[in-house]
Amino acid sequence: MTTAISVSGLVKLFGRSRALDGLDLSVDTGEVHGFLGPNGAGKSTTIRVLLGLLRADAGQVDLLGGHPWRDAVALHRRLAYVPGDVNLWPNLTGGEAIDLFGALRGGLDKRRRDELVERFQLDPSKRARTYSKGNRQKVAVIAAFASDVELYILDEPTSGLDPLMEAVFQECVREVKARGRTVLLSSHIFSEVEALCDRVSIIRNGQTVESGTLAQLRHLTRTSISVETAHPIAGLVDLPGVHDLHADTTHARFDVDTAQLDHVLRHLTQFEVRSLASAPPSLEELFLRHYSNELAAPDNHLAGTR
Amino acid sequence: MSAFTGTARLTRLALRRDRVQLPIWILSTTVLAAVSVAATRSQYPTEADRITVLHTAVQTPALLMLRAAPTGASTGEMAMFQILAFLAVLAGFMSTLAVVRHTRQNEETGRTEMIGATVVGRHASLTAALIVTVVANAVLAALVTLVLAGGGEPVPGSVAAGLAVGAAGIAFAAVAAVAAQVAGSSRGANGISAAVIGAAYLVRGLGDAFGEILPNGYTMTSGWASWLSPIGWAMRVRPFADERWWVFGLPVALFVGAVGLAFALTVRRDVGMGLLAARPGPARGAPGLLGPLGLAWRLQRGTLIGWAVAVAVTGVGIGSIGGAVEEGLGENEGVTRTINNLAGGGGGGALVDAFFAAMMALFGALVAGYLVQALLRLRAEESAGRAEAVLATATGRLRWLGGHLVVAMVGAVVLLGLAGVTMGLTYGLSVGDVGGELAELTAAAYVQLPSALILAGFAVAVFGLVPRMAVGLAWLGFILCLVLGQFGGLLNLPASVRDVSPFSHVPALPSAEITATPLVVLSAVALAFGAAGLVLFRRRNLTP
Repeated sequence: MTTAISVSGLVKLFGRSRALDGLDLSVDTGEVHGFLGPNGAGKSTTIRVLLGLLRADAGQVDLLGGHPWRDAVALHRRLAYVPGDVNLWPNLTGGEAIDLFGALRGGLDKRRRDELVERFQLDPSKRARTYSKGNRQKVAVIAAFASDVELYILDEPTSGLDPLMEAVFQECVREVKARGRTVLLSSHIFSEVEALCDRVSIIRNGQTVESGTLAQLRHLTRTSISVETAHPIAGLVDLPGVHDLHADTTHARFDVDTAQLDHVLRHLTQFEVRSLASAPPSLEELFLRHYSNELAAPDNHLAGTR
Repeated sequence: MSAFTGTARLTRLALRRDRVQLPIWILSTTVLAAVSVAATRSQYPTEADRITVLHTAVQTPALLMLRAAPTGASTGEMAMFQILAFLAVLAGFMSTLAVVRHTRQNEETGRTEMIGATVVGRHASLTAALIVTVVANAVLAALVTLVLAGGGEPVPGSVAAGLAVGAAGIAFAAVAAVAAQVAGSSRGANGISAAVIGAAYLVRGLGDAFGEILPNGYTMTSGWASWLSPIGWAMRVRPFADERWWVFGLPVALFVGAVGLAFALTVRRDVGMGLLAARPGPARGAPGLLGPLGLAWRLQRGTLIGWAVAVAVTGVGIGSIGGAVEEGLGENEGVTRTINNLAGGGGGGALVDAFFAAMMALFGALVAGYLVQALLRLRAEESAGRAEAVLATATGRLRWLGGHLVVAMVGAVVLLGLAGVTMGLTYGLSVGDVGGELAELTAAAYVQLPSALILAGFAVAVFGLVPRMAVGLAWLGFILCLVLGQFGGLLNLPASVRDVSPFSHVPALPSAEITATPLVVLSAVALAFGAAGLVLFRRRNLTP
């Protein structure tokens, strides 16, 4: 399998602040790769480096076998980009903007363009200044999918789209994937990521914190346990993988890393378990955990004992 | 809740946003007033000196058109002759830019929507903008009064002069308030306001140029046309002569009427929209649009058409005055020499040639202004994020920038051509030599191109080097070159300082002989600036 995007140790400085701090990202050809992270984590900065709009300060970046800064124009013929915040020329119509982007990218499929305009229910004869945010977003999405390119870089492409249009967008992504194209999809919408992505990378503070298939990530999730015992529980605090512990003598509520579940249960049975309830691991919870500040304080075993 | 609820809060917000910008405008205008009074004194120390100069000036429509109709030979009156029109123009630009900034521009960026959803009335935004502008003009009026009176001029005249400047600013603020309602965008509103200021200057100029010379031979009363112009009203107050305070009723009446109209219009239109509803357009891009050059042309053509109309109208006006200049004056050698000095011409040609040379310098400055405005479109595209979308396609940075550069340069060539042709035609018809005048004046117009291109190159260079400050620096460079080159003589600046401005090096065609060296050097400097800008832009981050 070849690699469409390969980034390692990417650093980008804005003045003294480090927007990207050794970021790694690897996207295989033909996959839909989810690119997640809280606001300000560095997703758009990474994408702008990939597009040669920003210059990397350190690190290796390889895009479709080329260098994003030096080979920008040649690479841009082979990719399509949807920005998170679509700004159009107020006095151009949506149709003009779609055709313009297509032509600047090196041509677009007219039949496919018309079909997409129809599917996304866009009125292409309106001036861009009268479009809502969702309609501006549609213009960029249509222009991107009407181009037959190897790589689609989509930065929160569905922000502002209604659920019906979101469904049309997901169909489009599946269609290009079926043709063997690669998609890098930055998104905050969990259901969208779960529905579309083969693999995801989660970034925080300019670094990659998790990367893998959704199945692999599920192993990283935690199970919530509520337990009541006959004898007072001891030693739970010191067990690895236990978080957010709330305990009195014979009753405890806590989360446990799925990998440590067996070990913790063996420990609990010493105290004669009376009742046990567990909530299954959820991927959404994993994302929320990465989005929250928890990882900023890695020593959270202590925090759990409060 | 009234329509004005929240005005106080918005006023404080606007004052805070303008805490640097407005003081710079006010102080630089005040400094210009102070410097020019001091320069007038040292340049023409005795009343006899001043009377001699004014005797010549009243015979020279070009000078009257640029400056004013003189009201007397005291130092105060002389200073007003030299500078009052420029002070009024500066106050006008300060005011219109501020009003548009706090009304229309807020709407475009969506700030009005956020503010409008809080507890503020429908008229609060415009009211706050006007309060800030009126306060700024009041401060300006007070400071101009202080520097004049502090410099030893009579107090009543100083007060009248300060108020005249502030009143012009307030009158144009009201014009901008209406423009902000009518136009479809803040660029449009600023364009309409600038056109009104330009027209007011021109109309006042025509009034003064065709004024009546009084029996003493060195003062005059302006023609009726200057009553139509807020800048003309400032002159009509006659500071330091026999101050006519009732004239201040005119700007106040214009302010009340125009602001009332603006409030009425506010109620009738939607936030973010102009009065004219946007019509549907083509559903497909025409082949001519689909490329960096086509896009640049589409974005720039409105601006260019506006400038072309302004240049053509001004060219016809000046060409037709040319005939009057010649008929009225003939070939008096002494007068010609003085005018050649005053009008900035280097040669010793005919009077009418000196007149056209001075006018060509004015067109050179106009076209430089057009170039700066057109090229700053690059920065607007970048900061709005539209450049990012284009540069993420297979469009290289040089092609994108080159598209705008080509449109701006072709625009400059067209504008100078229009200036030469309109002046050549109208003047040629009046003297019966269309072919000769057309060729001579068109050549004289194109001599201005290299110096204008230096400012274009400078704009590209600052865009490449310091994108966030490009707009301010490019306009500052333009204004400095204009002041040093066109008014350096008036301000009595040493030649070495004046030579910084490219405008100081342009051969004064048609009164002087054409010399190739300065034009070649100017072009080379322009090219160097432009090339540096291109290289810097290719190497830098895109900066929103």
